[in-house]
Amino acid sequence: MTRIAGGLIDRNTTLNFTFDGKGYTAHPGDTLASALLAADVRLMGRSFKYHRPRGVMTAGSEEPNALMQVRTGGRQEPNTRATVAEVYDGLEAQSQNRWPSLAFDALGINDRFHSFFAAGFYYKTFMWPRKFWEAVYEPIIRRAAGLGRLTREADPDAYDKGFLHADLLVIGAGPAGLMAALTAGRAGLRVILADEDFLAGGRLNAEAGSVADQGSADWARATVAELAALPTVRLMSRTTVFGVFDHGIYGAVERVSDHLAAPVAGQVRQTLWRIYAPHAVMATGAIERPIAFDNNDRPGVMLAGALRAYANRWAVVPGQRVAIFTNNDSGLASALDLQAKGVDVVAVIDSREGGELLPGIRHLRGAHVVDTSGRLGLTGITIDMKGRRETLAVDALGVSGGWNPNLGLMQQHRARPDWNDQIAAFTPARGPKGLMAVGAAAGEFSTLGALRSGAEAARAVAEALGRQAPYALPKAEDQAYRIAPLWAVPGASRAWVDQQNDVTVKDVKLSHQEAFTDVEHLKRYTTLGMATDQGKTGNLLGAAVMAELTGQSIEATGQTTYRPPFTPVSLGVLGGRSQGRDFKPFRHTPSHHWAAEQGAVFVEVGMWLRTQWLPRKGETEWRQSVDREVLATRKSVGICDVTTLGKIDIQGTDAGAFLDRVYANTFSTLAVGKCRYGLMLREDGMVFDDGTTARLGPHEYVMTTTTANAVTVFRHLEYCRQCLWPDMDVQIISTTEAWAQYSVAGPNARKLLARLVDQDISDAALPYMGCAEVTIGGLRARIFRISFSGELAYEIAVPARYGDGLIRALVAAGEAFDAVVYGTEALGVMRVEKGHVAGNELNGTSTALNMGLGKMVSRKKDAIGVTLSGREALLAEDGLRLVGVKPVNPADAMKAGSHFLKQGAAAVAENDDGWLTSLVWSPHLGHYIALGYLRDGAKRMGEKIRVVNLLAGTDILAEIVSPHFIDPEGERLRG
Amino acid sequence: MDKLLKPLTALGASAPLRKSLGPWELVERVDVALASVAPRRGREGEVARADVPVPAVAASVQGDPWSSFWLTPDMFMVEAPFASHEDIRAHLLGIYGDAASVTEQTDAWVRFDLLGPGLERLMAKLCNVDVVAAPEGYATRTVIEHMGCYLIKRAPSSEGAVTLYGARSMAGSLLHAITLAAGTVA
Repeated sequence: MTRIAGGLIDRNTTLNFTFDGKGYTAHPGDTLASALLAADVRLMGRSFKYHRPRGVMTAGSEEPNALMQVRTGGRQEPNTRATVAEVYDGLEAQSQNRWPSLAFDALGINDRFHSFFAAGFYYKTFMWPRKFWEAVYEPIIRRAAGLGRLTREADPDAYDKGFLHADLLVIGAGPAGLMAALTAGRAGLRVILADEDFLAGGRLNAEAGSVADQGSADWARATVAELAALPTVRLMSRTTVFGVFDHGIYGAVERVSDHLAAPVAGQVRQTLWRIYAPHAVMATGAIERPIAFDNNDRPGVMLAGALRAYANRWAVVPGQRVAIFTNNDSGLASALDLQAKGVDVVAVIDSREGGELLPGIRHLRGAHVVDTSGRLGLTGITIDMKGRRETLAVDALGVSGGWNPNLGLMQQHRARPDWNDQIAAFTPARGPKGLMAVGAAAGEFSTLGALRSGAEAARAVAEALGRQAPYALPKAEDQAYRIAPLWAVPGASRAWVDQQNDVTVKDVKLSHQEAFTDVEHLKRYTTLGMATDQGKTGNLLGAAVMAELTGQSIEATGQTTYRPPFTPVSLGVLGGRSQGRDFKPFRHTPSHHWAAEQGAVFVEVGMWLRTQWLPRKGETEWRQSVDREVLATRKSVGICDVTTLGKIDIQGTDAGAFLDRVYANTFSTLAVGKCRYGLMLREDGMVFDDGTTARLGPHEYVMTTTTANAVTVFRHLEYCRQCLWPDMDVQIISTTEAWAQYSVAGPNARKLLARLVDQDISDAALPYMGCAEVTIGGLRARIFRISFSGELAYEIAVPARYGDGLIRALVAAGEAFDAVVYGTEALGVMRVEKGHVAGNELNGTSTALNMGLGKMVSRKKDAIGVTLSGREALLAEDGLRLVGVKPVNPADAMKAGSHFLKQGAAAVAENDDGWLTSLVWSPHLGHYIALGYLRDGAKRMGEKIRVVNLLAGTDILAEIVSPHFIDPEGERLRG
Repeated sequence: MDKLLKPLTALGASAPLRKSLGPWELVERVDVALASVAPRRGREGEVARADVPVPAVAASVQGDPWSSFWLTPDMFMVEAPFASHEDIRAHLLGIYGDAASVTEQTDAWVRFDLLGPGLERLMAKLCNVDVVAAPEGYATRTVIEHMGCYLIKRAPSSEGAVTLYGARSMAGSLLHAITLAAGTVA
């Protein structure tokens, strides 16, 4: 055990977990990484390409190495960073990218043959035979190289989304963020403080300094307590702001239950928050960067600041003998912290000349670490002191190459960061409006500087909002930060730049040699900065090495593009509730409850659940039910819920003129109390939608649309009203939901309705295509004498709350007539029998002429689409025309999706004569019938053609007939 | 009016729902009649002078018997007690004559009133409306789990009263969304 005294862990509670099947213990407050280090486990993974043994490198979300598969079953998650994963009792973690075990990994052989696996090797190596790439090479490479594996099971947890609003969003709860939130919160601003960590404080928890004469971690805790008590402050721990979007919108993921074995009942695993904040401060701190030297990737080599964090926050030292290699003052501070904790600091290797020597520590100046040893963990380092070499036995080495302001969020809008020589790093340039960087993220590396910049930013925001936000800074260290840049120590072996992607200095050199010198090319050529860590520790180092090679400055070399997400975001949380049954809402018709009682089979039409058919006792196959419903309707009467058809109320003194412009045919001349079938075209002349529109008053119409187009037609009408003809006096609103509407069709339809409707609905009082406002038992209702089935038919509507009552009343009144309730299948059969077009024919590529409705396009007026429907090609005499199709042999079953071919013609595309659009079994005729678009169809009545479906393997001889299979003269519907 | 047909609520029940959601209460309201009112071109003045309050942009007005809330730049919704104004269109045509286009909307919507302090925590899981910053009487159109809704803030945040109007056919899905959301923050 390497636990030392102190730390921010709860030693009173012990948690049990496993890593690669072996049991370990931890305490609340531990991460997977700290708990493993406490158990002397240094080897935590294998590298991406060479399968090199790797340990933990950092103590935060920037971790490139310690990636693990956590949990099992449907909750298994690959590539979890051990440095941020909280240990819970029962956690199970597995190492990745190794076989058969982490300590003995067969593919470690890759490391021996590393010279074959330099950057871009597979571009050059696997060139031939060409077809081997996909079949052989790529699968092998993918197996050998990689991260974790996905589970094939469904995730059992729910995810969620939400929306938050604040005057000020503070991103990061280190010294700058805490001070910003405190200053703004005390001034009464609405503040959200979001921090990716589960413990607020940032580096205050990792360093042994003091703030306001108390330990820095104690000050952080006290500040959080005050913030929690402020009524306008919302503290969000375990919440990563991952993206900065337009207009002050930020994306954040709250890991609600990631620290638990499973979410508590009713709770979600994670929540995706959209945060609206006109002002935000980015207090994201800085990320320490490594120095490249030979074999700098062994388990035990880590960032100096991470060593310091493990010692101070988690009371863990990952070794007995520790050395520090630094080019800046923070490395010295790390050494002093470790020494104060009683750790044996063997040496501090300081690449800089001059400066004060650390007391009581072997402080070597002008020295470098040039190599390391130890197969599965560090055992020693070789140092160079101006040509003199020495080997030191150490089992932990902290490296500090300086600190990079963590500016990813600020740069997501493509602004290039500025180079700051003082700290040898990029600092954020101007970011999106309202977002400013503070603290270490802005290059303020002293604690007091961070506190001050956070408070100043909050005061500025308060002033912008007309508030005063005075603040007093607590006492804190304010030391200058000195650095002498050192990026890579020359060596003969391999020095890692990007440990996650196994990119070495040599790879960067190769990239340069092959002229991929731009940072974006360097990234693609070497994979520098890709994958889960997005180069948080390696990117700048890679660019610096390239800059040395090209002779350009690092500033001119630049950085690759920053994009959201800042750290990995699960697909589950992006999907949120929208999965499974909750993928979209359901719409229920007014007869739904009655139909469900009857055992109806429902079909999804858009979001509606419509009755598809209603099986009766003894019916085992859908066709039995549908045939019965069709025959009973045609014989006597059938009832169908048609509420789903769009209903749009159109009023105003220009309502008629408006309809004339949106419909191809004329409506201004329609008499009050009458309905008319209307055809609506798109601007390009194709048919958009159809339906019946009724004139209820001089300036009042109600339009019906198809179910599918209810929304798009309404949107189109609004566009016409608001944008095309804003001067017209027209008011429109959807009333689809307001009315429950039923079709009552069949020879006895009138008799049935007469039992319910209070008024006279005889043929004389309500002739075909008439409409009227009536009452049912005194309740206001509307009746339309229109027919889709070809039968004597009405549509009757009542306010939706009475829809259930009406279906029950219709069924009860219909008993005397053997009435049936029919579903969408029977509806479809009857409309095909009647030759009415529907969605299959209105497919967006057909014209009125194609449908045999060419005469409906009035040339006496202008309307949307009329002009372009007159294009020469669309008017071709031999174009597609709607026809009816019936098999010559009634026993033949034509197949949906078939195409038409002349007899004797080869079944190739150039001989295609059109296609079958709708196919039904007609119980009335006793065989299949179909509608279809046939080339020059109007002139081919009686012709025998072939109905061919190559997929189904059918080739059926059929006759072209009128699309009106039943009652072509329309006597029934006028009856 | 003695009716042959029995009404059902949007959720398919004979009585409106009243349900506790942690610290909050959800009350389904079926006792309010609704109609949209859109002044005819050039008749805005007549509509404004009528005995029905015209709401300002993104606002609602409470009154007796007429209340109203804003829908679009040229349309607002009128609310009145269902018991006395079931045929609300007839009532309003009596007031406006042909100065406005009036459409009955009562049964196009399901109405859920959410009640109780701290409602902003629940609303944060439902839609992007800032119910804390919104003034009392604020009315807007928003989207909850793909469902278009009207939202009206009826009382100050300290009391907590928000009305949601959602499409009647989606009443079940809207209730489901509210219940799930409440489960995560209650």
